[in-house]
Amino acid sequence: MKLSDLFAQGQFVVTGELGPPKGCHLDHLMHEAEVLRGRVAGINVTDLQAAAMRLGSLVTCKRLVEHGLPPVLQIVCRDRNRISLQSELLGAAEFGVENVLCLTGDHNILGDHPDSMPVFDLDSVSLLQAATGLMGGKDMAGNDLEGDPPDLCLGCVVNPGADPVEPQIIKLRVKEEAGARFCQTQAVYDVDVFKRFRDAANQAGIKMPIMAGLVMLKSAGMAKYMNRMVAGVFVPAPLIQRMTATDDKPKTSIEITVELIDSLRPCCDGVHIMSLGWDQYVPAVLDGAGL
Amino acid sequence: MIVTERKPQEELAAMLQGEQGTYIVACGGCPVGHKSGDEASLAQLEADLQAQGVKVLGRTSIDFLCNKALVALRLMRVLDEVQATDSLLIVSCGIGVQAVGATVDKPVHPAMNTISVGGFQGLWPSEERCGECGDCNLDLTGGICPVIFCSKSLLNGSCGGSDKGKCEVHKDIPCGWTLIYERLKKTGRLEQLSKLNIRKNRDLMRVGPERRAGTIWALEIAPPELQPEEAKKA
Repeated sequence: MKLSDLFAQGQFVVTGELGPPKGCHLDHLMHEAEVLRGRVAGINVTDLQAAAMRLGSLVTCKRLVEHGLPPVLQIVCRDRNRISLQSELLGAAEFGVENVLCLTGDHNILGDHPDSMPVFDLDSVSLLQAATGLMGGKDMAGNDLEGDPPDLCLGCVVNPGADPVEPQIIKLRVKEEAGARFCQTQAVYDVDVFKRFRDAANQAGIKMPIMAGLVMLKSAGMAKYMNRMVAGVFVPAPLIQRMTATDDKPKTSIEITVELIDSLRPCCDGVHIMSLGWDQYVPAVLDGAGL
Repeated sequence: MIVTERKPQEELAAMLQGEQGTYIVACGGCPVGHKSGDEASLAQLEADLQAQGVKVLGRTSIDFLCNKALVALRLMRVLDEVQATDSLLIVSCGIGVQAVGATVDKPVHPAMNTISVGGFQGLWPSEERCGECGDCNLDLTGGICPVIFCSKSLLNGSCGGSDKGKCEVHKDIPCGWTLIYERLKKTGRLEQLSKLNIRKNRDLMRVGPERRAGTIWALEIAPPELQPEEAKKA
């Protein structure tokens, strides 16, 4: 089901996330995905996340569809030009993928093939435009597609903690104009930062539903690493202290994530939970949050 | 020699729409040699603009717009005109547009598309660079080239990796799109960011035979059979 339809019904939408393995076997990942069955409206499948070579997103999405699970195809502009990106979108529609998240993608230098050629023929905005064009039956060159055009629900991302945040909000509005119908955010740990961002987005006239991104903390070290290395992500000291003091890290991480959902719920339209391999704890988070 | 060609008239008109007047700053280097910005071309440009109702407040020519020190010195001489104009229309490669933009707090419009800087046998005096994309958008980006200054050459705003003005690639690399955002804000053109809809025609990067004609490009080294007809006659 399209996420936009669920939002239209007034639902508070929950999505999860899976990262394909660096290898050609998906059985283990499909097994992990089972814990999300019936609990989430969509499962994001990352597209060569962090610029690391691995199994592709579309292949993994197809397997999820075969297993009766709802994928959200992530597609980035780093590795393919406009010919290949458009083809991938057609492929998604053919495989029964209904939701597509369009992103720029991390730079190659951050990944495991820093010597590779970055493509970025398109960016997140022009990719959304290309997808919207395909849905209207035309490719980017203006050629007609054969048969019914693809019917996709397009999404985008934003970083609420960006500094400065104003250009991010302007770009988010441009993405909405380009066809984005939902937005998932970078990880949020500071509720006040998110509230300020949401107010600014509302003021800018952004209408699309915004899902707060949540990355489950696995340790204090991970939190400190994100504070140092991940743009616009800030884990406040009290949360780091709780992760340091605990002798049951998953339990504390679940508690923190539930508290964040409770606080964010009044000012977001859904949550996107990035468990980074801790999929088995997602149901406990959702139980805790009453979702 | 840098190969430039004048932007289509309708693109120039769209750039200058709504402005009370513009002032032409032309480079006396490559565009003169290439005949895309020599005296006759500049007079034609001015006439075409006037014919379309664009008020040209004046023009000046500066030898090598890529040299910011020279640009600053020479623009001082026409300070009154520069202060009175809404914008500057720059007849040069992308380097010159960026050099002027970095020198003056006025919106800069590129009058040309930069097809090729060739092997760039001249000097490279500062940090402005031209990506030779053949489809110049410096008009929309505050005179700072995103092809060069964004590590991903993004065309429609910064990515999520931008942090406190720095690029995700390295903490010592400035985020090009934050530079653009700040320049647009400074020159009162922030609304440009919401109008961004850049899609490059990558075909324009090619230096096809039709673009080699009419230039004495690499005349000193090209074998006669590769030289354009015009150059052979000369």
